[in-house]
Amino acid sequence: MTKLAEAQGTATQSGAEVLLRALKAQGVEVIFGYPGGAVLPIYDAIFQQNAIRHVLVRHEQAAVHAAEGYARSTGRVGVVLVTSGPGATNAVTGLVDALMDSIPVVCLTGQVPTHLIGNDAFQEADTTGITRPATKHNYLVKRGEDLARAVHEAFHVARSGRPGPVVIDLPKDILIGRAAYSDPEAGGHRSYRPRTEPDPARIAEAVAILKRAHRPVVYSGGGVINSGPRATTLLREFVALTGAPCTSTLMGLGAYPASDGQFLGMLGMHGTYEANLAMHGADAMLAIGARFDDRVTGRLDAFSPGSRKIHADIDPSSINKNVAVEVTIVGDAASVLSALIAAWRADEVAQDRRAVAEWWRQIDGWRASDCLAFRQDETSGAIIKPQHAVRRLYEITQETERETFITTEVGQHQMWAAQHFRFEQPNRWMTSGGLGTMGYGLPAAMGVQIAHPDALVIDIAGEASVLMNIQEMGTLAQYRLPVKVFILNNEYMGMVRQWQELLHGGRYSESYSAALPDFVKLAESFHAVGLRAKSVDELDDVIREMLACNRAVIADIAVDPKENVFPMIPSGAAHDQMILDVGSEGRTAGITDEGLVLV
Amino acid sequence: MAGGQSPAAALSPALRSATISVIVENEVGVLARVIGLFSGRGYNIDSLTVAPVEDGGNRSRINVVTSGTEMVIAQIKAQLDRLVPVYRVADLTAEGPHIAREMALIKVLGTGDRRSEALRIGQAFRARVIDATTESFVFELTGGTEKLDAFLELMRPLGLAEVSRTGVAALARGTRTL
Repeated sequence: MTKLAEAQGTATQSGAEVLLRALKAQGVEVIFGYPGGAVLPIYDAIFQQNAIRHVLVRHEQAAVHAAEGYARSTGRVGVVLVTSGPGATNAVTGLVDALMDSIPVVCLTGQVPTHLIGNDAFQEADTTGITRPATKHNYLVKRGEDLARAVHEAFHVARSGRPGPVVIDLPKDILIGRAAYSDPEAGGHRSYRPRTEPDPARIAEAVAILKRAHRPVVYSGGGVINSGPRATTLLREFVALTGAPCTSTLMGLGAYPASDGQFLGMLGMHGTYEANLAMHGADAMLAIGARFDDRVTGRLDAFSPGSRKIHADIDPSSINKNVAVEVTIVGDAASVLSALIAAWRADEVAQDRRAVAEWWRQIDGWRASDCLAFRQDETSGAIIKPQHAVRRLYEITQETERETFITTEVGQHQMWAAQHFRFEQPNRWMTSGGLGTMGYGLPAAMGVQIAHPDALVIDIAGEASVLMNIQEMGTLAQYRLPVKVFILNNEYMGMVRQWQELLHGGRYSESYSAALPDFVKLAESFHAVGLRAKSVDELDDVIREMLACNRAVIADIAVDPKENVFPMIPSGAAHDQMILDVGSEGRTAGITDEGLVLV
Repeated sequence: MAGGQSPAAALSPALRSATISVIVENEVGVLARVIGLFSGRGYNIDSLTVAPVEDGGNRSRINVVTSGTEMVIAQIKAQLDRLVPVYRVADLTAEGPHIAREMALIKVLGTGDRRSEALRIGQAFRARVIDATTESFVFELTGGTEKLDAFLELMRPLGLAEVSRTGVAALARGTRTL
């Protein structure tokens, strides 16, 4: 039988049925989606099976964030299903978010039938055109026989190499028409073959530099988490072996345990004093699974001026993009770390432990500044400091000993969460790092809770951000997802307000959260529990009540509206020009006209 | 980026031209992907050619002439290489001697002395006349970009009316292949 005859012979299923079969073959258990005209055949096929669960969101952007939360907390590919036109365009923010943070997502979009494409048909949009720069890759399936292959390929592309979102655009006639199913092809992709195994010569160079360093630092990022649990275990092993301090990006928190003495906390714009000064003063740096983002480097020409830099990443385009490095290692984080450990042990040169001990004495001096300290007035009726709210949330969740996952929205609360909630394990921290998408946290928490039904899932939110996807309270209610929304309510778009205070003469243009809803009543109207803490003496009780509740909760925590996130590297400044919380004087020191243009 | 400069430009300001060849899967949207990469990341395209060349028309070769600092050109290569339908990328300018040619069709309008001068210069450049009327010529000229530019400069005062250029096709010299 010829190949064509074979294909026709087995083409007894509809495209929609073939699609579901391919999804099942890829191990998909959950789809986050929203129906519409172009995807009705898929919804019909979903209706007639039980293997794949569909979670109905309230907005397509939230479907993608939910899939991201699912993916980041499980290490698996998140799956989204939306209709053509507005369904697809609404998903775009989520797709770019996943692209910037390297999260594996496959997004199925409906499309008008092939004969109408280009005719400005009802709910038609050029989805592959719009999402081309918003995805790692995308497909428009124009023939039934290409459908199964496109799905298998999309999953491979989404999860391999540097992970990312992939769109499959599915015209309605392809979904209705007959199609043949085929299994994933062996032998890998024709053109796409990301390098995962590092070059041993580069590993040797890296070890030669690191072992002879007097002031080494390890700068770890989200790539270590994306690589999987083996990479995070190896990171701990390698850091222990070297005796070097370890700092982490926002995306990488949890890869290295926060409680470990060698951990310096997060680095960058709102990182710790000790992390940033260690980066600045180091004589050798290993960057792994990180990308020298502008939030991390500050002023580039003053970034870690005295260090010999080694950059290991699975994406060669991340290397030498912002910062020129001496040693380039392309590979998967686990493979790289495993090779570094082996090479370190094989290298016969003894490390100068005394020099490294001296380096630690310097770091401990910086640590003594206690840069994350804040002053909480403990008297009854006193206003709650947002840092205190996060700290207490952390401490009380520790008492419960439940598996805890944290998501955030974007802004001041996100930074306080990163600074004061401590992560011992990877995949417990979901935040929008690269794109900085307000409205990420609630739907992401939803996706996490779907994947971990018995875990404690908390969205640390701001009152402004959370309103951007507040409709998802409906999804929480429908699926009885006991997500906790912990709102640090300072009645401002706090980070905007902070920048206006520091950079724009205190002119608070449009950053006040006017006409806020009553979040307690809002929770109740969505069949959830609403709680409120207005002063410091009410905080612990509200947190305990929230954690004890087996339903969705919104806890509206009224916090000090004037509080700013410190420490801070002002935009355009270098790591050694950090502002600690020193009162109003000197706060704007280091902000240059050049810095003002930066975001 | 401090002072409105790209970080790479701030570190090593020397610009150079690069002829980059890319072998891609000949699928829908692949050219848009490549062009979108250049516009989206702010890279220059000085010239672009694309045509199917391998595997029974299933693979195309894209030749891009661009410019930037060493760091930016390395970025362009890396960014191209990570596109899913890309098989291979080479910076022909950096990887050794290469040959680059483009073809132009050049319409020159004129009569009398200007017309005969245009024809004489065309012969000196070994341009072929592929269309002629009593008031016009269309020259076909193949060569390096500089040769084409020089010819067009000479034709300008002689009645240069319209130009259609192919953009650069390029190969490495000798036995090297992409």
